[in-house]
Amino acid sequence: MKYRWGKYVALLAAALLLMIGSGCSDMTVLDPKGPVGESQRDLIVFSIIMMLFIVAVVMVALTYILVKFRERPDRGDKDYDPDHEGNTKLEIIWTVVPLIIVTALSVPTVITIFQLEEPPESSSDKEPLVVHATAADWKWFFSYPEQDIETVNYLHIPTDRAIEFRLSSADSMASLWIPALGGQKYNMAGMETKLYLQADEAGTYQGRNSNFTGTGFAEQTFDVHAEPAEEFESWVEETQQNAPELTQSEYDKLLAPGLLEEMEFSSTHLEYVDHGEMDGSDYLIERHQEAFEELPHLEGGRGVGDE
Amino acid sequence: MLDFLLNEFLVTGDPLIYGAMVSMVLVSIAIVYVLTYFKKWGYLWREWLTTVDHKKIGIMYIIAAIAMLFRGGVDALLMRTQLTLPGMEFLNSQHYNEIFTTHGTIMIIFMAMPFLIGLMNFVVPLQIGARDVAFPFLNAVSFWSFAIGALLFNLSFVIGGSPDAGWTNYAPMAGPNLNPGPNINYYLIGLQISGIGTLATGINFLATILKMRAPGMTLMRMPIFTWSSLITSLIITFAFPILTVALALMTIDRIFGSQFFTLTGDGMPMMWANLFWLWGHPEVYIVILPAFGIFSEVISTFARKQLFGYKAMVWSMVIIAGLSFVVWVHHFFTMGAGAGVNSFFSITTMLISVPTGVKIFNWLGTMYKGKIRFDTPMLWALGFIPCFVLGGVTGVMLAMAAADYQYHNTYFLVAHFHNVLIAGTVFGCFAGLTFWYPKMFGHKMNETLGKISFWFFLIGFNVCFLPMYFLGFAGMPRRTYSIEPEWMPLNVVSSVGAVLMAVGFAVFVYNIYYSFRYSPRETQGDAWDGRALEWATTTPVPFYNFATVPKVEGPEAYWLMKQKGKTTYDKNNLEPIHMPSDSGVPFIMMAFMFVAGFGLVWEWMIVAIAGLIGVLACMFIRSFDYDHGFHVSVEEIKETEEKARREEK
Repeated sequence: MKYRWGKYVALLAAALLLMIGSGCSDMTVLDPKGPVGESQRDLIVFSIIMMLFIVAVVMVALTYILVKFRERPDRGDKDYDPDHEGNTKLEIIWTVVPLIIVTALSVPTVITIFQLEEPPESSSDKEPLVVHATAADWKWFFSYPEQDIETVNYLHIPTDRAIEFRLSSADSMASLWIPALGGQKYNMAGMETKLYLQADEAGTYQGRNSNFTGTGFAEQTFDVHAEPAEEFESWVEETQQNAPELTQSEYDKLLAPGLLEEMEFSSTHLEYVDHGEMDGSDYLIERHQEAFEELPHLEGGRGVGDE
Repeated sequence: MLDFLLNEFLVTGDPLIYGAMVSMVLVSIAIVYVLTYFKKWGYLWREWLTTVDHKKIGIMYIIAAIAMLFRGGVDALLMRTQLTLPGMEFLNSQHYNEIFTTHGTIMIIFMAMPFLIGLMNFVVPLQIGARDVAFPFLNAVSFWSFAIGALLFNLSFVIGGSPDAGWTNYAPMAGPNLNPGPNINYYLIGLQISGIGTLATGINFLATILKMRAPGMTLMRMPIFTWSSLITSLIITFAFPILTVALALMTIDRIFGSQFFTLTGDGMPMMWANLFWLWGHPEVYIVILPAFGIFSEVISTFARKQLFGYKAMVWSMVIIAGLSFVVWVHHFFTMGAGAGVNSFFSITTMLISVPTGVKIFNWLGTMYKGKIRFDTPMLWALGFIPCFVLGGVTGVMLAMAAADYQYHNTYFLVAHFHNVLIAGTVFGCFAGLTFWYPKMFGHKMNETLGKISFWFFLIGFNVCFLPMYFLGFAGMPRRTYSIEPEWMPLNVVSSVGAVLMAVGFAVFVYNIYYSFRYSPRETQGDAWDGRALEWATTTPVPFYNFATVPKVEGPEAYWLMKQKGKTTYDKNNLEPIHMPSDSGVPFIMMAFMFVAGFGLVWEWMIVAIAGLIGVLACMFIRSFDYDHGFHVSVEEIKETEEKARREEK
């Protein structure tokens, strides 16, 4: 029995190492590109180390006990004590030590939770850029009220400046998640949540809705183009000048459940409705209730929306 | 009419569904044929459909649960196939959504709970020296309500379309605006009907354990599995009413046009998430605590030692039960409830790891200075410890709200809850079934096949779910029907693991058949050198369980009896035994409930009302039922016991 267990443990460890080795380059969450994701990564790495320690203690104890106290023909009743039923000192130890570990994990957790409710400190010299991110089945509207522009299914952000996302939804509950920049928060109809993110490195990052919203959920993704402030400004100007205005009838049409391509407009839908307020929560239903009777079935994943 | 039949009533257009329809019809015909050919209809009705015997009800629960494990497992294999390669066109998005929804719902509601409740049904009255549960009739009602709920829910697959909003069924996506049609109604009504049974079971076992213990069995002398059942029943009794109310509110939303969780009329969709998890988190402990109880029994028996730290084991379960009601917000830290709220729920969640850790170390302590045997039930218990610890520590990681913003809705989460639910609940069910199998059926399960199935399942399980942690870090969201190319390697590994698990399960089921045919029959009641009272009975267990109820003189009642040479058959102290009568009412009542439920799903009010009238009529009949059971004569007891104990001497 001993050897079988040992082999199994070794096999498991080898498989684990192999997977870590092959997967590390793709692990976006552990390789963040902004201060929010970094503070979360630090917390994650800290907890992994603590947890590996616990797993190791249990595994060693389990292996030792199984090897030492297994039934063997030559063992007889040596070390066998059927009436052994407890040990107060030991029991106190394995209650108190986990309590200490929980405390050690709680402190940085609570500190980080409070920090994430504020814009990152590294860019506190600049006002955060406000972007309204509105989810609708199955697309994203990004409105820049200060710049008076709106994009669909992609967005541009300046680097080294906090972005204040104001999240809401026109229908199902979605969740805005850009793993390279940091954790997610829900988009809900009739209410507004705030999420601060920031990119320190220029680049294009994947963003998506991570909360299941039905048949088009897998395609509810967007690209985030993080670029230096000047480039961002020139993109804004270009959009202001070249993109068409977003009329209410056009916006209503876009809201219908379905997939959309990337688009941009030189005005925002916030003039017509703010889905983040209670009286905006039935705006889409009033216009598109019937469309939900017969929803599309998608096949084959990425790219089906482009056809 | 035909148009309605083909376009809305029956699910058409998918070869998989046609295959399912054909196989369902074939299996039904085969069952009817076999029953008729062997003239077993009467036997089925007398011995099973009308029984109020806790042992038979327990066995029916377990059979149904294994069937549901098969259905949920097939769902899982279909999902793994679709997710193996990017761009797969095996399932379309709608079909995938229905399958992951039924997989989750079936595994939790119709597999894990009934499996454990089945074991509780069989074992608890035996462990406390009782002759049945406190309310045997109600127990039959519980079982049939579960069976009917499960039947209705599974029917959605071919009639009308399955629920497709996830097992959490979040509003507003599952509400009447965004999801019209019968699909979600199946979820609401199926869970509501089976939930009635679960709540009744909770109350039933509370009463049974508190009031029907053998003389001398104080609370602190109860076997640990009975303790876990008591606490589970307590959680059920407090948590299930919340689900009942939430389901009812959404049913009214969908069928009668109220606006509790809707986008219109100032509804509060997020209230659903709160209510759901107020039930849903305690639910997790409903399916894990009995498994803890099973592992405690198994480890103590096969280490051939008393349980280490009995009191600490009991108190840690009590604390877990208490904490289980104050952690529900950790399922949606990302809802933006604020830093204070998230901090509070982070800490309460992490605190659960303390009593759970105590239990893990106490199991290790139980084996310390033991003489460990490695029979199949023990292998499941030993496999549980490292796998569950892994699930536990990743649970602590998820509890850290700030980090959870990155884990939430990803495969990291999927990996975590499978790591606790499979290693905890499923291993527990398998351990419990193989452990009590000789008591149930009079023979052990084959050891070689048992070990083969264990190793396939254990290795497959780790190969399947360990890669998912890394997929989570790579940004793969849960519930997506299609993967990105960069997630492919780990998904391929995971699918291989799923196949290994399927092989393990197949061997397990084959083992049931093989053992039925070839295993040597048990000649006495104590198959494993057991410690609690269930092993004091003969095998097969007589329907009245104990000829004479033993007087309990300490913990591990049967262990003490064995040392003193006592049995549960004291020839000189026999008295007639009072037993409840069988009844067909529970089955018929729940058949009417099925009609009512089906009517509600399709919003055919006349059918629904007709069904409900039938249910009420059954209740009326039961209310005026003055049959108080019957007495087993001393002669019959003597005859039964002499026959069963002949070979023991």
